[in-house]
Amino acid sequence: MGNGFVVPAIVAVTLVTVGIGFYGLRLARTTSDFLVASRAISPTWNAAAIGGEYLSAASFLGVAGLILKYGVDVLWYPVGFAAGYLALLLFVAAPLRRSGAFTLPDFCEVRLGSRRLRKLATVFVIFIGWLYLVPQLQGAGLTLATVAGSPYPVGALLVAVVVTANVALGGMRAITFVQAFQYWLKLTALAVPAIFLTLQWQADARPAVAPPDGPAFRTATTVVVEHRATLTLPDGDIREVRPGDRLAFAAGDPVPEVSGTATEAADWLLPDTAGDDDRGLFATYSLILATFLGTMGLPHVLVRFYTNPDGAAARRTTLVVLALVGVFYLLPTIYGVLGRIYTPQLLVTGQTDAVVVLLPGAALGDGLTGRLLAALVAAGAFAAFLSTSSGLLTSVAGVISTDVLGRGSVRGFRLATVIAGGVPAVLALNVSGLDVSQVVGLAFAVAASSFCPLLVLGIWWRGLTDLGAAAGVLVGGGAAIGAVLVTVLGPPLSGWPATLTTQPAAWTVPLAFTVMVAVSLATRRRLPADVGATMLRLHAPEALRL
Amino acid sequence: MTGPGEHDGPGRPAAAVPVPAPRVAEPPRRTRIVLAEVSRRDDRSGRTRAELAEQTRVGEALVRGLVRAQLALAVRLSLVVLIALGGLPWLFAIAPSVGRVTVLGVNLPWLLLGVASFPFLIGVGWAYVRLAERNEQDFTDLVQRPER
Repeated sequence: MGNGFVVPAIVAVTLVTVGIGFYGLRLARTTSDFLVASRAISPTWNAAAIGGEYLSAASFLGVAGLILKYGVDVLWYPVGFAAGYLALLLFVAAPLRRSGAFTLPDFCEVRLGSRRLRKLATVFVIFIGWLYLVPQLQGAGLTLATVAGSPYPVGALLVAVVVTANVALGGMRAITFVQAFQYWLKLTALAVPAIFLTLQWQADARPAVAPPDGPAFRTATTVVVEHRATLTLPDGDIREVRPGDRLAFAAGDPVPEVSGTATEAADWLLPDTAGDDDRGLFATYSLILATFLGTMGLPHVLVRFYTNPDGAAARRTTLVVLALVGVFYLLPTIYGVLGRIYTPQLLVTGQTDAVVVLLPGAALGDGLTGRLLAALVAAGAFAAFLSTSSGLLTSVAGVISTDVLGRGSVRGFRLATVIAGGVPAVLALNVSGLDVSQVVGLAFAVAASSFCPLLVLGIWWRGLTDLGAAAGVLVGGGAAIGAVLVTVLGPPLSGWPATLTTQPAAWTVPLAFTVMVAVSLATRRRLPADVGATMLRLHAPEALRL
Repeated sequence: MTGPGEHDGPGRPAAAVPVPAPRVAEPPRRTRIVLAEVSRRDDRSGRTRAELAEQTRVGEALVRGLVRAQLALAVRLSLVVLIALGGLPWLFAIAPSVGRVTVLGVNLPWLLLGVASFPFLIGVGWAYVRLAERNEQDFTDLVQRPER
């Protein structure tokens, strides 16, 4: 890639991130400044910060890549990522803020007064946090390798080091400014090129997105295969390709059918139909459940609610976040769809996650506009890695410093940050084969099967006991973690076992709710004595000043 | 039963008799209102507030009512989303012809999921915030109602 603008753009984003971090450092004086920004953040800033934190590598790169590869069925990812905020708004936002809990383990203690449940929640926060951090760092490694040709570890380590140093030195006050800035950067970085891309598509006489005989190469292309795959060539020949193989296509050649992707026009364009495949429908509903209910259980999302002044503000902030996130998710679809026309070679190489980064150059050519827009997109992608990793790191470090190290000091928080950032960095260097979007989806499934029932039942049902909560989290969350480990480390599966482990939420979420309710009913004697007072605190409006 | 704003409305008389508040902004009256607010809070609504804080039966029933109202609202709105969005995969599965309908050259599923779902979610969220705040206002009014 001969684009001289990409590296300066990435460096600029990184420097601005660090710069705002240090500006915040001057303002952060006390432990409270560090951890919760002294609650002096306005709803608009807070909402932009939450949005900036939430839109990760999976949203910025992964969604478009999935759409390019699988078509209409994966539109449920962006819909679910946004709907998660609606579920959060409806069931959690205001009461959680009123509980005064800063982290999920805090909530366990406030609501159920159990130290042991607190420890269990700590383990889950750290697991989900790390599960979500690894793909962010990997995305950074892959992006830098794609656009600048650097070795994979460089991007991953760069993001890990910048984020760890920034969080350790600046704390959350700085992070709020950084995140808010990065939301707007990410939106711009997708929106501006999307306008140019659409105009280009118009100028090219609006080529069909899904021509009846499959996508075709617009220009002569040489493809270097990156993943093992089985190709079905147009003349019916079947060919096995291995990484490193070079395939040459002339302009107008049809794209060969690649095993595991929706190359056929109808597959890609139309949703799953009955009789086609029941597993497809099960996987769709499982994905809907995981994303709708998983958002509220993500550790870096909840921390933010403490920075709202009261419950009503938490509600309004969440609504603004929903709007910001909804606007953003209109864009990746455009990239995924136009990718079918301008970058069909990604279907053959298997690197569909790169479509957002490569599309501006491929569609607009090597002129100044194309190169500038490609650099803008790369900068946006880096903003995505930096902001989500910062948010995750802040919450994982907060939990480690208070619940594992047991000190509330600024020094303890810094030590915890180094630990929290070091582990996923090492993991990301060693497992480069994971698929970004898939791992993020699994993190949602674990959160939906552990913290979602805990929060929803804890806030709305007086009958929840500490044993019931612990049993539900252990069984439901444990089953989801088991499915994650089988998917990531286990042997390749096919048929129903594969569907049940790669999209586990449809069975683990009901399991968690059932166990939690059943065990709570069986251990009714353990109901906390102060449940009435807690319910009053969670639900009574602040205006009463009780 | 009182609407929002009526309580803190200007010109509320200091007397305990709930006379409809004349909404006239006269400077001398405004001073008296502040005093009236303070004394009202201490003397009359104090009892309900204490019942809430001390978890008497009355207080507990009040809180249960609020929690039930808020939960019913959240469940109702999530059912709306569940039926409207959650029904789509099922609809596409049993009626494949729906997927082939095109609007402005775009297949319907793409428009519904990729575009229409987001304003729909935001609309539901907006309705929730309004209605939840109204529930809370009703609760506040109930607690701060001067007792006879």
